[in-house]
Amino acid sequence: MSSKGVSLSARQIFSKIIVYLLLGFGSIIILLPLQWMISTSLKPLSHIFRFPPEFLPQKVVWSNYPDALTQLPFDIYFGNTVFIVIMCLLGEVLVSSVVAYAFSRLRWRGRNALFIVVLATMMLPRQVTLIPEFIIFKELGMIDTFWPLILPSWFGNPFYIFLLRQYFLTHSRELDQAAVIDGCSRFGVFWRITLPMSKPVLAAVAIFSFQFHWNDFFRPLIFLFSEENYTLALGLRFFQGTYGTEWNSLMAVSLVVMLPLIIVFFFTQKYFIQGVVFTGYK
Amino acid sequence: MSLAQFLPRKGAITTLNVGYKRGETVLAWAMVSPWVAGFLLLTAFPMVASLALSFFRWDILSPPKWVGLANYVKLFTIDPLPMHALKITVLFSLASIPLNIVFGLAIAMLLNTNIRGLAVFRTIYYLPAILSGVAVAILWQWIFSSDFGLLNTALRIFGIEGPAWLGSKIWVLPAFVIMRLWSVGGGMVIYLAGLQAIPTDLYEAAEIDGANWWQRIFRITLPMLSPTIFFQLITGVIFTMQIFTETFIMTDGGPANASLFYLLYLYRQAFQNFKMGYASALAWVFFVAILLLTLILFATARFWVYYEAESDEDN
Repeated sequence: MSSKGVSLSARQIFSKIIVYLLLGFGSIIILLPLQWMISTSLKPLSHIFRFPPEFLPQKVVWSNYPDALTQLPFDIYFGNTVFIVIMCLLGEVLVSSVVAYAFSRLRWRGRNALFIVVLATMMLPRQVTLIPEFIIFKELGMIDTFWPLILPSWFGNPFYIFLLRQYFLTHSRELDQAAVIDGCSRFGVFWRITLPMSKPVLAAVAIFSFQFHWNDFFRPLIFLFSEENYTLALGLRFFQGTYGTEWNSLMAVSLVVMLPLIIVFFFTQKYFIQGVVFTGYK
Repeated sequence: MSLAQFLPRKGAITTLNVGYKRGETVLAWAMVSPWVAGFLLLTAFPMVASLALSFFRWDILSPPKWVGLANYVKLFTIDPLPMHALKITVLFSLASIPLNIVFGLAIAMLLNTNIRGLAVFRTIYYLPAILSGVAVAILWQWIFSSDFGLLNTALRIFGIEGPAWLGSKIWVLPAFVIMRLWSVGGGMVIYLAGLQAIPTDLYEAAEIDGANWWQRIFRITLPMLSPTIFFQLITGVIFTMQIFTETFIMTDGGPANASLFYLLYLYRQAFQNFKMGYASALAWVFFVAILLLTLILFATARFWVYYEAESDEDN
């Protein structure tokens, strides 16, 4: 690796320029759909079907946003979504870390065999269990409630168990043993030592969980029916069904639905990317 | 198999001497019990139940009726749609997964050239990977609009009149492939981390030996990254085959079933027609199809996935 002081050869400069051009061009392609979304959301309806289409709105209509968002009770959908997402997130973080602790820091017979089962369920397409699951929740009278969406999260998620276990394994065992000698219970070790030492990976799990449940459409579609129980994903689809070609309103609402994710992403990027790397690269 | 593998290895001797502590075992089972309960209630039992259901005809309202293999006979021979749906789902995956891997790798390699602004580029490329679901599907439906959409407007700049995309039997699958390429950053971040972990002395040694750029890519970079690529391939198959939301929102399987992905068909049978027995058979065929694809990939792994000798300590 050449240090900064050494001057680059003409060939190296040329290849640097090519790299920046390619990356810059790629970035434009990546960002263009979002630009197009924002631009459409601010256009008056009459300008949307103009030919050729405008890349930037000639006339900016901010009122598209309040107009579109008051067509349906999006505040109720927002509240439902936030409630479901938080309940799922709490369950997945808490339960998965408890389970992962037993799989990484405790020694017991059957540990490895059982962990293979965890890995196998990670690979399972959920549809194969979906119909009986639907019938179980129907028998329990939980269809069209939030229970079928929240309850499974409180049994732990194999993907997060795997992620947390890998992280817990990197901690030194001496620290646990020292704490036990000092009179700390095993559970105390988990609560007072392992969890505080694992903040980055707990953050990653929390963000993944938030992202997944915020975007989730399939399960709400199957389990929720009444409009007052809709999540944002269902509300958005309902809105699309009703205002199918009002692309400015559709883009405005879609953008608002995406916004919390984008904001969370920008503030927690570090953990997000660390977490992704930790799962995929091993 | 040799006898040696049943003997305790060096590192395991301490475990054997100490044995398992009773208190620790009890605590461990208590701690994993939520997952065990969830596994039994929401995975193991439903799997067995759906296999059993696949031999019945059941509309939920009236009691189930035993029909033997009739659902499977219908699925493979009478109803043309399941195999059509499976075919286009596999076709889509065969296009989408390799393209995502190739582009993801290419971008990661560009980012790994000691450039300035790495964090900014990484953020930009990764951003779409966090977005998915209905909002993204609606956005792309608008992008693919034939007259007023972004894609055809951009193509017109180059003098190309784009197809009707979602309205075209031929172009609807490529449209879905293009849409999925937008989130290429998800894999890219992982490859980038893998690239950064390759020891630089490998490249330095190769350079001294006179290896050119291509040789370095094919002899060092790709072999070193192959476990990562393999992992992405496996998870990619499972994730990509399950495409549902996009087709549900954007095309509803059309035009003329050209984007009738397997799960959309399963959803219709189960939750619109309430053919729970038939849908269970569909689910099991899908499960076995994914399992077979994954096993085939695992079988090929020994020819191209390169594991370092020391890596067997993992897990």
